[in-house]
Amino acid sequence: MFTQRRNLIFLFFGIIGLLFIGKLFFLQVVDDTYEKAADNNAIRKIIQIPFRGEVYDRFGKLIVYNTPVYDLYMIPRKAVVKDTNHFCQVFRVTREYFIKTTQRARAYSRVKPSLFLKHLSKEDFASVQDAMVDFPGFFFETNAFRTYQSRSFSNALGYVAEISPTALVDQKDDYYRQGDYVGISGIESFYEETLRGQRGVKYRMVNSNGVEKGDYKNGSLNINPISGNNLYTSIDLEIQEYADSLMQHKVGSVVAIEPSTGEILAMVSAPSYDASLLTGNNFSNYYQQLALDPMKPLLNRPPSAYYRPGSTFKLVQALVGQQLGFIGPGTVYSHAGAPVKCHVHGPVDLRGAIRVSCNPYFYHAFRKMIYDNTSGDTYERSATGLQRWADLVANFGFGRKLGVDLGNEKKGILPNVDYYNAVYKGEKSWKFSNIYSISIGEGEIVVSPLKMANLAAIIANRGWYIPPHVVKGVGLAKSIDPFYKTPVKVGVEAKYFNVVIDGMQDAVANGTVGPDGKIPDILMVGKTGTSQNQKGKDHSIFIAFAPRDNPKIAIAVFVENAGFGGSAAAPIASLVVEKYLKRKVDRKAVETKFMNMNYLPNAYGGIARKKLAIDSTKK
Amino acid sequence: MTDSNHIQGRLDWITVGFYVFFIGLGWLNIYSAVYSPDAPLSFSDPAFYDSNAGKQLIWIGTSIILIICVLVIDFRFFESFALFIYLGLLLLLIAVPFLGVTINGSHSWFKFGSATIQPAEFAKTATALLLAKYLNDPLVNLSKFPFQWKVALIILIPMLLIIGSNETGSALVFASFIILLYREGLPGTYPALFIGGIALFVSALLVKAWVILLVLVLLAGLLVLFMPIYMQRDPKTYLRLSGAIAGIMTLALLVDWVVNNVLKEHQRNRIRVLIDPGFDPRGLGYQVTQSKIAIGSGGFWGKGFLGGTQTKFDFVPEQSTDMVFCTIGEEHGFIGVMLMILLFLGFLWRLMYLADLQRSRFARAYGYGLVGILFFHFLVNIGMTIGLMPIMGIPLPFFSYGGSSLWSFTILLFIFLKLDSHRSDMLSR
Repeated sequence: MFTQRRNLIFLFFGIIGLLFIGKLFFLQVVDDTYEKAADNNAIRKIIQIPFRGEVYDRFGKLIVYNTPVYDLYMIPRKAVVKDTNHFCQVFRVTREYFIKTTQRARAYSRVKPSLFLKHLSKEDFASVQDAMVDFPGFFFETNAFRTYQSRSFSNALGYVAEISPTALVDQKDDYYRQGDYVGISGIESFYEETLRGQRGVKYRMVNSNGVEKGDYKNGSLNINPISGNNLYTSIDLEIQEYADSLMQHKVGSVVAIEPSTGEILAMVSAPSYDASLLTGNNFSNYYQQLALDPMKPLLNRPPSAYYRPGSTFKLVQALVGQQLGFIGPGTVYSHAGAPVKCHVHGPVDLRGAIRVSCNPYFYHAFRKMIYDNTSGDTYERSATGLQRWADLVANFGFGRKLGVDLGNEKKGILPNVDYYNAVYKGEKSWKFSNIYSISIGEGEIVVSPLKMANLAAIIANRGWYIPPHVVKGVGLAKSIDPFYKTPVKVGVEAKYFNVVIDGMQDAVANGTVGPDGKIPDILMVGKTGTSQNQKGKDHSIFIAFAPRDNPKIAIAVFVENAGFGGSAAAPIASLVVEKYLKRKVDRKAVETKFMNMNYLPNAYGGIARKKLAIDSTKK
Repeated sequence: MTDSNHIQGRLDWITVGFYVFFIGLGWLNIYSAVYSPDAPLSFSDPAFYDSNAGKQLIWIGTSIILIICVLVIDFRFFESFALFIYLGLLLLLIAVPFLGVTINGSHSWFKFGSATIQPAEFAKTATALLLAKYLNDPLVNLSKFPFQWKVALIILIPMLLIIGSNETGSALVFASFIILLYREGLPGTYPALFIGGIALFVSALLVKAWVILLVLVLLAGLLVLFMPIYMQRDPKTYLRLSGAIAGIMTLALLVDWVVNNVLKEHQRNRIRVLIDPGFDPRGLGYQVTQSKIAIGSGGFWGKGFLGGTQTKFDFVPEQSTDMVFCTIGEEHGFIGVMLMILLFLGFLWRLMYLADLQRSRFARAYGYGLVGILFFHFLVNIGMTIGLMPIMGIPLPFFSYGGSSLWSFTILLFIFLKLDSHRSDMLSR
């Protein structure tokens, strides 16, 4: 009786069993969200930030290092503060801050640590040590702050700040997390990957109360943090600071390069800023202030600012003209027939033209470079001639990046056929008469101070340069990219440099450079430049190297709105050269005069200043 | 009769094997659930015997004593004294509100020293015995109403007493006697109505009323279309069908009312968590969410013995008692739980097979009672850990930590094995 019912009953059991197996298959095999949820539950990933690499100058002086700071954490469940007033007194916080922060920590978790107070200095940390016994549930964790020894080098160093939301989204290798610090500009940014080191990760198991229960998988997945590599720069901190002091009350750049190595000895961008104020809690206030400053202190002028090279570009014309075979030491031009103005003097040869910076001379020379040995109508000849010229000039680093190890290097502009075709909207729509102003470094040509310092180095080396760089060694091995070891030839034979250097020597001795720009016991050769601009008074430019034989330093000085090149840039350059070669400056009067010289009213005084402020906010 | 001398020979060793296997696995799971990687306890450490795993070892040891007691008692005792055992348990159930202590919110425990006993766990055994004894009378015919209500009385009295002590979960176990009754001749309409009622209840919670109505009308239409023999197409049939639909719809609409007014707050919440898995995962849904995470994270092969992070670090509440299935799911993966479910089904099959071998209706009915009770625990316990059943305080037989549950299942099972070992001595009346 009813024996067949056993099968029905078992069928029912079997259906339930299959249903469970199906559901379990879905939970365990198909759906992986539970696996992730489990890891989130029980495994806590602890990131260990390594110490960022330090930065040294060429003599081993520390420029940037890390200062330990202390972050105070609290665990609400363990934190017992009997005397709130005493606590607030010790940590110098308000009662409101204490209540608010404690409540927030409780709301986050009663058992996990919450940040209570950020960035206590070593002194503050030491002063609260004795009192800590009264405050169970509070503990410190060490953190590090970037500290800058000197503010003179801020622009080239760059700074370190919390990663921006856009950079966080755009990052390639998915390394950074929100709140991570990252090098923003300068070498901090360029060498970010070697400076930052290797972040450590610890996987700890936690129970449901958040209490740690040992290493996950016995620590086999843990990665120890590796400190960042130190950077050994070629900067001479003493010269850097000296040059910076000369650039006070001025806007502009000083770039000094050791010609034989391409090592940058000093790189001043004026005005600068205090990088140490850009770390930590002041960041947003100070950054705001800097970003709105019409003098653009955040702009690292040496590699990034745009200027016309003015007369300093005549050196390139003299070299290229010789190499192309259109002019020689004996080529003489008078002022006749040139649309460009000059001072009163007779016809000059090449050396003389460099000495007095003769505009008509280089007008004629450039005209010859464009039109000679070309065929067709004037438009076609202009195009052929210009391209021939531009290809050679490009070797000097104009219109392209030199590859300096700093972020934000600008290419500048070297106008060539394509450029003018674009400007004049079509081929054969322009000819020499449209473009002659580039013959004297005005018009469309745009350079950076770094390129001009490099030009000085090229002339010092008589035809080659090593790509300029700030860092000469990375890490313990002090290794360096071979790119910064390999000479680049500019395609102008060494013999053509003699007449140019002679002209530069004359320019300093009895040419465009005034008495303040002369160093009595050092044979410095150089060339002034006066760069026209829309801001106001001309920019004063000077490039030079010294000594003439076996040069040790090549320099470019740009002083904005200081007028004629010999007036401001040359004396400042001479002081830096003297300081570098003699480690002291004998011309104290000149030193004092130019340290105190203030060219700011020329561009940033009165109405001009207000207008500029509006312009920069529009930008 | 010299049965006690030959008990080993007649004992069904396959079933005993299942039992030993389950108990052993169960203990390993409890050990794993309480295992702490920082401070593993050794067997020689007295503190070990304060942990659930240590205590369970004691419960297992005492279970062996119980097994011996059950096996040496004369098999006729269980039938003869069924009524007394039943009445005794009823007394205990009545006494527990006055003399008992409260554990985990249910006031249903007796405390003897450090041991606690829950009489509700043993009431099922007593009820199964009395039901079997009652059905042993050949005149009892479960298709007849007078017998049906007496059977209902036997089941309902302890059930109501248990509900009274706030152990709704344990009380629901008594519904499993429907399997016993069905096997012993209760018309199939009853289990069909029972399952249909549950289906209606669940669908009323899950879908809108008009969907149910639509489905019912469709079903009625199909019946009329394809079953002309049973459903003659006359107004009377249509009237009957409409009446049935109206009745079912009324019941469906009553479900909401029942949920909102009859059920208690915590019961209502358990149902809400069940029908909406995302509901309050940190609060009311915490247990089931964590349970699913633990099981789901086990993957296909599991994390290995003692390798579970979720159960070991206390993310799943009640993990060594009601939620012990999570540990299996996490550490042994899909393979482990599938094997376990298949083994359990095999075990039930073996018990049903043995029950059908019995000559006495008493032993057979008792056997099916046992099967029903085990199945019900299996259904609800595993169902709740994977979110198919509402959370109820129902242990997994032989696996869950707990003295009362282990003892009561041991006694329940071994009474049957004792009866089975004497099946040739018992006469079918």
